[in-house]
Amino acid sequence: MIEKTLGKIYIGLILVFMYTPILVLIALSFNDSRSRVVWGGFTLKWYRTLFDNSSIMSAFGTTAALAFVSAAVASLIGLFAAIGIYSMKKRSVKVMLFFTNIPLLNADIVTGIALMLWFVRFFPLGFVSVLTAHITFNIPYVILCILPKLETMDIRQFEAARDLGASTAYAFTKVILPDLLPGILAGFFMAVTMSMDDFVITYFTKGPGVNTLSTLIYGEIRKGIKPEMYALSSVLFLLVLIILIIANKTDTVKEN
Amino acid sequence: MNRKRTRFLSTPYILWIVGFTVIPLLFVFAKAFTDQSGTFTFGNVTAIFDSVHRKALLLSVELAFISSLICILISYPAALIIKASGVSNKKTIMFIMILPMWMNFILRILAIQMLISSNGIINHFLTVLGISPMSIINTPVAIVIGMVYDYLPYMLLPVLNCVLAIPEDIIEASKDLGANRFHVLTKILLPLSLSGIGSGITMVFVPSMTEFVIANILGGGKIQLLGNIIEQEFSVSMNWNLGSGLSVTLMIFVLLTTVIFGRTTSESDRGFVI
Repeated sequence: MIEKTLGKIYIGLILVFMYTPILVLIALSFNDSRSRVVWGGFTLKWYRTLFDNSSIMSAFGTTAALAFVSAAVASLIGLFAAIGIYSMKKRSVKVMLFFTNIPLLNADIVTGIALMLWFVRFFPLGFVSVLTAHITFNIPYVILCILPKLETMDIRQFEAARDLGASTAYAFTKVILPDLLPGILAGFFMAVTMSMDDFVITYFTKGPGVNTLSTLIYGEIRKGIKPEMYALSSVLFLLVLIILIIANKTDTVKEN
Repeated sequence: MNRKRTRFLSTPYILWIVGFTVIPLLFVFAKAFTDQSGTFTFGNVTAIFDSVHRKALLLSVELAFISSLICILISYPAALIIKASGVSNKKTIMFIMILPMWMNFILRILAIQMLISSNGIINHFLTVLGISPMSIINTPVAIVIGMVYDYLPYMLLPVLNCVLAIPEDIIEASKDLGANRFHVLTKILLPLSLSGIGSGITMVFVPSMTEFVIANILGGGKIQLLGNIIEQEFSVSMNWNLGSGLSVTLMIFVLLTTVIFGRTTSESDRGFVI
């Protein structure tokens, strides 16, 4: 009994460690003072002025476009790559997984520098160079989410559909795709998350004038972060929290 | 399914790997082994032995090692507690781990700074309670706190996955055969969790060794890790050759960690049924 309570306290402490900084940031979004350490009373004004702050709104637009476009492209390339890898011989699988692991394991700073050195040779750094970089580090997440689903899939159902006269494309969309969908969605979600959270690779591959939320915040560290940034981050955080809770609920309902 | 034909579906990805993973790395090597006029040299790579660089490298390795160790010490008991509690809803656990990433990484580190700085929130409470305030900001301790905070999920997830996968029967069997709790831990649980701990180490050690933002914010710009030095060579000193040379050294360390703790092998040895 005592052991169980101690266990709960231990897990509780880890959660406190993980979530206290987030609560601090949410609290700051309601702080009626530009200072980070002085509590000036409760206000909602940062949420109202948020939409008038053009630098934050444009950085948010860039961040969201980057996240969704890079995740979509990475999911497409990654889906085909995973199916390709799945049908390869064991030796080729090893080689492919080795290269897939490079962006995951290599230091972000090295990945960023390498891409930057390659890009500056051929075209000006800008949105496209950052997008290419994000697709590059997102594909591995998608592949590693889809491969396990392919392994547990029953390929005979696809073959049966083909035998019964379905075209390859029809059998693929009706039999294989539904099986892989949870993996594809998980990969897409991981890719969006990683893209939104990235700073280092964006920092090296972006051109002047292009700013994501991360690089905008980095530039503001010395001047002080605009309170609207806390407001936007809190909104985003709560939005994802709600989406994930709903997704989790519908999943458990389905399983029951 | 015609396997010979479906193999070619990975062609776009192979082209992508060549174009955006392999060739860029070759560019780093090309820069690393030439000087600014383009003649071949080993100077940029051996520059790691200069006293400033050597100090930064040693400190980076030291802090990365301490951070990984603390992450293991926090994660392993947590994994055992979660396993014992029978709550094995992995989706919920995954969700709790990934959710913080939706608050911007730099903002989270700034929040840590607000919490632990000399006139920060924690010190404020300590003073109210009559305890003497701590002064850890701008020290390596602060950087380690930031690293453990940011990379803990990368240790928790693989360790938890591994511990949850250990069959209950084996533990029961060893208990029936007279093993006490200490023996269950050292002879059964730990050996079977090594692959999870190994992948956790690579996932924590590499980013904490190469990170420069955490050191910038929590170290007050005074503590130089290897990542900070490389970043400055690119953005301030504009010596891209030296920056690339030091990056090559960094890559050697990344490679060493992966070889020692073998994440790539455990990944590919999972046994794909082909």
